[in-house]
Amino acid sequence: MPDPNWQPRIVAFFCNWCTYTAADLAGVSRLKYAPNALVIRLMCSGRVDPQFILDALAKGADGVLIGGCHLGDCHYVEGNYKTVRRFEMLQRLLRDLGIEERRVRLEWISASEGERVKTVINEMVEQVRALGPLRLPQRQEEWDREMTPLAEPAGQSPLAPQRAAAEVAHA
Amino acid sequence: MPEKPKIAFYWCASCGGCEEAVVDLAEDILSVVAAVDIVLWPVAMDFKKKQIEAMPDKSIAATLLNGAIRTSEQEEMAHLLRRKSQYLIAYGACAQLGGIPSLANQFSREQLLRYVYEEAPTVENQAKTRPQSSSQNNGHTVTLPVFRNLVRALNQVVEVDFYIPGCPPTPKMTKAAVVALLEGKLPPKGSVLAPDMALCEQCARKASKPADLSFTAFKRPHQVMLDPNLCLLAQGVVCMGPATRGGCEAVCPAGNMPCTGCFGPTSRVRDQGAKMLSSLCANVAAKETKEIDEILAGIPDPVGTFYRYGLGTSLLRGKVSLPLAPAQKEP
Repeated sequence: MPDPNWQPRIVAFFCNWCTYTAADLAGVSRLKYAPNALVIRLMCSGRVDPQFILDALAKGADGVLIGGCHLGDCHYVEGNYKTVRRFEMLQRLLRDLGIEERRVRLEWISASEGERVKTVINEMVEQVRALGPLRLPQRQEEWDREMTPLAEPAGQSPLAPQRAAAEVAHA
Repeated sequence: MPEKPKIAFYWCASCGGCEEAVVDLAEDILSVVAAVDIVLWPVAMDFKKKQIEAMPDKSIAATLLNGAIRTSEQEEMAHLLRRKSQYLIAYGACAQLGGIPSLANQFSREQLLRYVYEEAPTVENQAKTRPQSSSQNNGHTVTLPVFRNLVRALNQVVEVDFYIPGCPPTPKMTKAAVVALLEGKLPPKGSVLAPDMALCEQCARKASKPADLSFTAFKRPHQVMLDPNLCLLAQGVVCMGPATRGGCEAVCPAGNMPCTGCFGPTSRVRDQGAKMLSSLCANVAAKETKEIDEILAGIPDPVGTFYRYGLGTSLLRGKVSLPLAPAQKEP
């Protein structure tokens, strides 16, 4: 049953030197674009650990957008090349695990391209809207309904925390 | 004379290698047997489930359970042993991470049953008979456990106190864990009973690992004559060492084979496969998308390569678009 109130939720990882600055420019220029992207600033698109992308999707994002400097313009020289190499493999992995390629997008947007931020975010929201909600937390909850409920005292969910405090996992 | 602590061994969805690992304690197993009372060990000794049910709760000092959880029977035994044990220990990669069986989370129950009972080349089954959780035979009702949609690690079903990693765990680690248990020298609950460092730290080839790796091609072990001393990554082979917990003392690289990741991640990594993908692919030499893709094509099965032992506990847990078969009634 599709939720009529559903709006795409996009997590956007923008690099400090280019795409985030461009998003700033878009704001200062009072460009209007879809409010669905939650922007997270990182020093470099090369800092986007594939774990961040999977974690965002697993926690309820419908799409992930990564923005970095144009190839050759990276503040750290090589960072965005690492990003594109990881991205190519991650797309194959996501496809094998049933996540549409159009949910994860990589874009190069330089600091002066405020207009491009607007276009890309609007496009991204529409392409994710066309795919519909991903609902990973709900899907995983549905998977686990087949299990026998725990006979132990209430408040001890078998899934949370997945690992106890001593082995805190940092994504 | 004080009563000896009670120990149970149990297996679920596993190959039997973990049981072998216990037997591999060799003569040391005699001192273990002398120190404890084994109350359940289906692979080696005859015990009944009702004997365990009759025991008071928490009366087993520790249960070492290996194997992933796929069926309702395995789930039931995990619950029972959890209730009867002070410590429940996930023994081996399947119980800890989902293991190789959890690679089946890429396929639906229908796909799996159809292949195994109808399509596999060695199967002759014209009537298309499949196992039923309840059926009639000569006026008797025959029941089988329910086959769940997903494979799970032990901590996705019940609370787990400790993890002993490995496919299978080494005898040395097993012995150390049993000794720690008997002496009451246990780390905080939830710990993995293995060093919290990357496998590379224990690898004899570490000195030859280049500071700047650069892959122009990925080769699989059967395609190349491997240098027995040089870092396997430097030879273009996917070795999971950098993203895998140490503790095995790098036995696979010592045998001239790359690490495939059976010890799972260290405590600082949530998703071993994503982390390995990150480290490996960032070091591909090419800069153009087409050339990058050609090099990455040397890894034909990314899920099987990066998540060989841990798909069930990875962030996505399996193929997210799997159709779920309706929950079956317990027999």
